[in-house]
Amino acid sequence: MIETKQLVKTFKNGDIFTSVLKGIDFRVGEGEWIAIMGRSGAGKSTFLYQISLLDDPTSGEVDIDGHDTHMMSAHEKMHFRLSKFGFVFQDYALLPELTALENVALPLLMQGLSKASAYAKSTEALTSAELGHRVGNLPSQLSGGEQQRVSIVRAVAHEPKILFADEPTANLDNESSKRIMEIFRELHKRGQTIIMVTHEEQYAKMTERIIHLDDGRIISETKN
Amino acid sequence: MIPLNVRIGFFLALRALRRASLWTTSLIIFVMVLTFLNLVVISGILVGLLQGAVDAVRTEYTSDVIVSTLSDKSYIENSQNVIALAEELPGVEALTSRYREASRLEAGYQTRKESDKPNIANALIIGIDPQKEDEVTGISKDLIEGEFLVAGDYDKIVLGNYLLKQYMIIDTPGLATLEDVGIGSKIRIHVGDVIREVTVKGILKSKVDEIALRAFMVDSQFRSLIGRNDGNVDEIAIKVKSGVDPVQVRDALKLRGVGSVARVQTFEDAQPQAFKDIINTFSMLGTMFSSIGLVVASVTIFIVIFVNALTRRKFIGILKGIGINGNAIEISYIFQSIFYAVIGSVVGLALVYGFLVPYFLAHPIDFPFSDGILVAPLGQTFFRVGLLIVATVVAGYIPAWMIIRKNTLDSILGRN
Repeated sequence: MIETKQLVKTFKNGDIFTSVLKGIDFRVGEGEWIAIMGRSGAGKSTFLYQISLLDDPTSGEVDIDGHDTHMMSAHEKMHFRLSKFGFVFQDYALLPELTALENVALPLLMQGLSKASAYAKSTEALTSAELGHRVGNLPSQLSGGEQQRVSIVRAVAHEPKILFADEPTANLDNESSKRIMEIFRELHKRGQTIIMVTHEEQYAKMTERIIHLDDGRIISETKN
Repeated sequence: MIPLNVRIGFFLALRALRRASLWTTSLIIFVMVLTFLNLVVISGILVGLLQGAVDAVRTEYTSDVIVSTLSDKSYIENSQNVIALAEELPGVEALTSRYREASRLEAGYQTRKESDKPNIANALIIGIDPQKEDEVTGISKDLIEGEFLVAGDYDKIVLGNYLLKQYMIIDTPGLATLEDVGIGSKIRIHVGDVIREVTVKGILKSKVDEIALRAFMVDSQFRSLIGRNDGNVDEIAIKVKSGVDPVQVRDALKLRGVGSVARVQTFEDAQPQAFKDIINTFSMLGTMFSSIGLVVASVTIFIVIFVNALTRRKFIGILKGIGINGNAIEISYIFQSIFYAVIGSVVGLALVYGFLVPYFLAHPIDFPFSDGILVAPLGQTFFRVGLLIVATVVAGYIPAWMIIRKNTLDSILGRN
């Protein structure tokens, strides 16, 4: 489903070049749940951004579903992200002026669904995540755990092929974190492909496979 | 079918506006209202200064159509025929004919010693039918002292304010005025070799020179003063019926041959060229001020949208990250700009037409040469509203475009 070949990402700051990813070969199949771990600065998030098409690698290849993403225009990448990907960010990344319902409905509307269909689907998805009573609330009126749940619902409402999660529990307390991970487990059971960056071992162990990164390279892989 | 990006843009804009800070929104709209007023009112007042003068000349002197002597004639030949022709025209409501003669007015002659400077003023003396004149021009409303003329007045005269020293605002070199003359004062009129003593019955105050620098007496008395008995007059002012274009009356008179014995002009034709030039200049100045106002409005909206987009850069990045088309985001900012411009213009329109225009009509600005009003023709105003909206859309689009084209990930992470 996703395959990277010799993926390199180098940042330039003045005359200084910093290599964050140093030739990563990686493959994930359909329906897999993978955790990417590593110490701070290992390149976990940078790797996630490359394979989720939020950033362009310096060199190497990212193939998704047989598409060579290197050849894609910015517009095609945007369309790819909309139709095939879902994103869960560490800080929830909900739009502050949209209610929970509107946040979830927005990608559906962008996919061309009518307002009625998008709202109905979003309400159903929020209700199944036990947020039915919060549909009309703005993000500022929700707890951190609730915001992250809304963020997950938004990420999966349009039934993406791959769900990317960047430290989804980093800002949450234990209770909320467990709940989020239970949602991921449920999604995985239903066949959702999930690629998750985390630094918390206990949650990484819930996945099928753990990729360890250090200094821009994959140093090990663990199957759970 | 509305394009998807437009629908999403509207969706985002509506919610951004609905949930924006009330104070911020109010402040932006307030700026837009000020800009609108700057666009419409400044130029409107400038033009209104002149328009006030134009209106006053039309109301008090020329009326809608003025028939006057040809430059090589001393009066309108066959005046009575011209009057009869004009009265027969269906568009004419009323007319007044005037006699006109240059004269010298003299006051204080009763007590003046031989060595004293004579108390004199030069004036055009006008013979009128008081009732008809008032019907056409309503000049009796300009009376500030005494009474207006009536048909039987024998040796009575009404003076324009600029003939009297006490009403002259600015001491104008070369323009002599009468001193110590008021209601009941006896003055002498010198017309050629004829001298007649009359009593001042009233004083008119007007910013129209053709009233302020003239003296009025009853036409029968005037005829006996200058010895004209042929009924030929010097001016005929014609008031047309409501809804009738003065041009039609002018052309009808010309068609009937009046043009061969007199000059026939609408009130607009009769405006001196210098006056028209001033109107054009003021209009140009108004446009210049409006253009500056438009640039200020554009810069204001640019800054507002730029700051808004900059502070929301992370969320713009997220929108792009989850696959929302950049065009939809740009359109949302355009909708917001249009909202500010439209609401600002609507409030401005309400202020201008609901308050300012009626206020200045009721309380004109007291300028030395006119009573300034606010001129805001609807067509021009809506043209300016259109300009404001276009300028605002451009000013709103550019900063949104600048922020949206930045790298998505950099926007999400707040990197430069």
